[in-house]
Amino acid sequence: MTTLLKNARLIDPEKSTETNGWLLIEGTVIRETGPAGPGEPAADEIIDCQGKCLAPGIVDIGVKVAEPGERHKESYRSAGLAAAAGGVTTMVTRPDTAPAIDTPEVLEFVRRRANEAAPVNVLPMAALTKGRAGREMAEIGFLMDAGAAAFTDCDRVVANTKVFTRALTYARGLGALVIAHVQEPGLSAGASATSGKFATLRGLAGVSSMAERMGLDRDIALLETTRARYHADQITTARALPALERAKGNGLDITAGTSIHHLTLNELDVADYRTFFKVKPPLRSEDDRMATVEAVASGLIDIISSMHTPQDEESKRLPFEEAASGAVALETFLPAALRLVHAGQLTLPQLFRAISLNPANRLNLSSGRLSKGAPADLVLFDPDTPFVLDRFTLNSKSKNTPFDGQRMQGKVHATFVGGEKVFG
Amino acid sequence: MSFQHRHLLGIEPLSPADITIILDLAEQYVTLNRSARKHSEALAGLTQINMFFEASTRTQASFELAGKRLGADVMNMAMQSSSLKKGETLIDTALTLNAMHADLLVVRHPHSGAVDLLAQKVNCAVLNAGDGRHEHPTQALLDALTIRRAKGRLHRLNIAICGDIAHSRVARSNILLLGKMENRVRLIGPPTLVPSQFAEFGAEIYDDMREGLNGVDVVMMLRLQKERMDGGFIPSEREYYHRYGLDAEKLACAKPDAIVMHPGPMNRGVEIDGEIADDINRSVIQEQVEMGVAVRMAAMDLLARNLREAPQTVMA
Repeated sequence: MTTLLKNARLIDPEKSTETNGWLLIEGTVIRETGPAGPGEPAADEIIDCQGKCLAPGIVDIGVKVAEPGERHKESYRSAGLAAAAGGVTTMVTRPDTAPAIDTPEVLEFVRRRANEAAPVNVLPMAALTKGRAGREMAEIGFLMDAGAAAFTDCDRVVANTKVFTRALTYARGLGALVIAHVQEPGLSAGASATSGKFATLRGLAGVSSMAERMGLDRDIALLETTRARYHADQITTARALPALERAKGNGLDITAGTSIHHLTLNELDVADYRTFFKVKPPLRSEDDRMATVEAVASGLIDIISSMHTPQDEESKRLPFEEAASGAVALETFLPAALRLVHAGQLTLPQLFRAISLNPANRLNLSSGRLSKGAPADLVLFDPDTPFVLDRFTLNSKSKNTPFDGQRMQGKVHATFVGGEKVFG
Repeated sequence: MSFQHRHLLGIEPLSPADITIILDLAEQYVTLNRSARKHSEALAGLTQINMFFEASTRTQASFELAGKRLGADVMNMAMQSSSLKKGETLIDTALTLNAMHADLLVVRHPHSGAVDLLAQKVNCAVLNAGDGRHEHPTQALLDALTIRRAKGRLHRLNIAICGDIAHSRVARSNILLLGKMENRVRLIGPPTLVPSQFAEFGAEIYDDMREGLNGVDVVMMLRLQKERMDGGFIPSEREYYHRYGLDAEKLACAKPDAIVMHPGPMNRGVEIDGEIADDINRSVIQEQVEMGVAVRMAAMDLLARNLREAPQTVMA
């Protein structure tokens, strides 16, 4: 079975090119791509892309699916449909469920559920420490055998440095990737905003942006001794960037991510205590946002994630400081990211380097690119189509998006996973 | 000029003209409250519910008295002990109130922004009686009225606010109000209690109290909120009193006719010397309590006028 996607604008993050051409799918993989004009190959099925953009599907590290434990917030089915509609072809899911995914048995359950229910690829991550409690390391070896893509305690910092050092050392022996939340936990305890004029005016307990740098500095110091494979989940402040740059320059195996919300929103969006804008870490100043966008453009920050975090209405309709953190983002990920493209801050190949190629490379996946033999995980989208987001149209069971009612640009027309059309 | 607000959630949304309207009307209520027949019909037929999610004696009594003097039916709900412990959310509470057809809702809540949230969900006019460390607008208004009566004006004054600014909604509302009325505000306290961000509000920050009090017209002391001292912001009470407690010697740095204010309840010997608090020539602390009732009457009267003019929204 071959499918030809012709008359497409091919976004190739590997070659950093944007060209008009065609892409041939054979079975589950990409067989070839070529420029527009004569010489298009024959195929069993031909899809005319009408000049829309064809890019490698998004590989999203850090998606929260609330199974097991809180299926009413998000199931593998609802998250999978949301991912397909958003052009996310691989969800790398978080273990901060109830119970935490910290044993091979729970991981296997999750993988089975995911494969049955989700139309996209699901790669579960496992907790680094048992119960994400930061006291004893989880069974990293067994969990890797069971298919854990990476190890993370999510938004909990392993505050005990000795425990974290041992976990990093043990993970290095197995070649496991450790993903950490960079934050000085003493400073960030109880905070729901970034300290500054806005937090002061609203009377919200704030955390200094310095807490992120201190968390990163500690982890970098530990990497110098352990040489582990490490990824910082969200770098969101200007102050942390020089430390990251030095660590990369010193040859440590470190990459960094950021969230789509920290790239497109700032602390002022919280306005009069809008809890859908409460995320972790809290939204930052405009200066920090701009510095983070520049770091993505330069490649210093490698990966953009949606940090999809479903929360039900009850946990959000509370006073700001009591409300739960997090926002759903699988379906708004691409249109939000396209804001940066429309603003001239990123090119499309740069964007897909950060949302497809780099995350795939970090997890040793062959997807995230348009090259021959790569899995045919693709997204076909029009970057310009305008729309106003209505949160009740989202596939996610939870509707906690900060973009409700906002004008956005960019619509997914089709999503392919392993050559099969799963949306559109 | 008229007062065009549906709620009184903070000083931030008020214009200088709004503030003057409230204070002018409050003056009339001061006169009424000092007369033999302390009663008006401004809120006759309206239901006022006081919901205090955080314990308060003085503010709640002041709002209750204000409502009763204006002829409202006043009900107090002590929320810290009741339904919230049974898991009811603030939104459920709001729906309950809508069903009761409350007209004026006075709310105090331990979390910043909680009163705003409630105001979005109820059909009645909401008065913020203090939310977390965010705002306490009627306190700032009563302080303003007290200053205006004592000093004859509410502009171009040097006003020092001393103590735990970081955790104080009284300080935030006062900084906003006094700034809007074009006064110079100084904030005095140890850096742990007076974060540097407050400089962005146009206030001057002093950690030396004598220097900060030099030449001020008004000295506003804040309560040292012991219940908020979870992280050890000061080494000890006695060191705090030595450096930031208002005594005769430090007060001598202020103008000779400077007035001393305190929102109460006072910790005598922690932030203020007992003799100064009781000095009728300097302290206007009792006057503040009196102005509190008048200002709250004025605020509720103005909101009730808007309530009567606006078409009643259909209950959701």
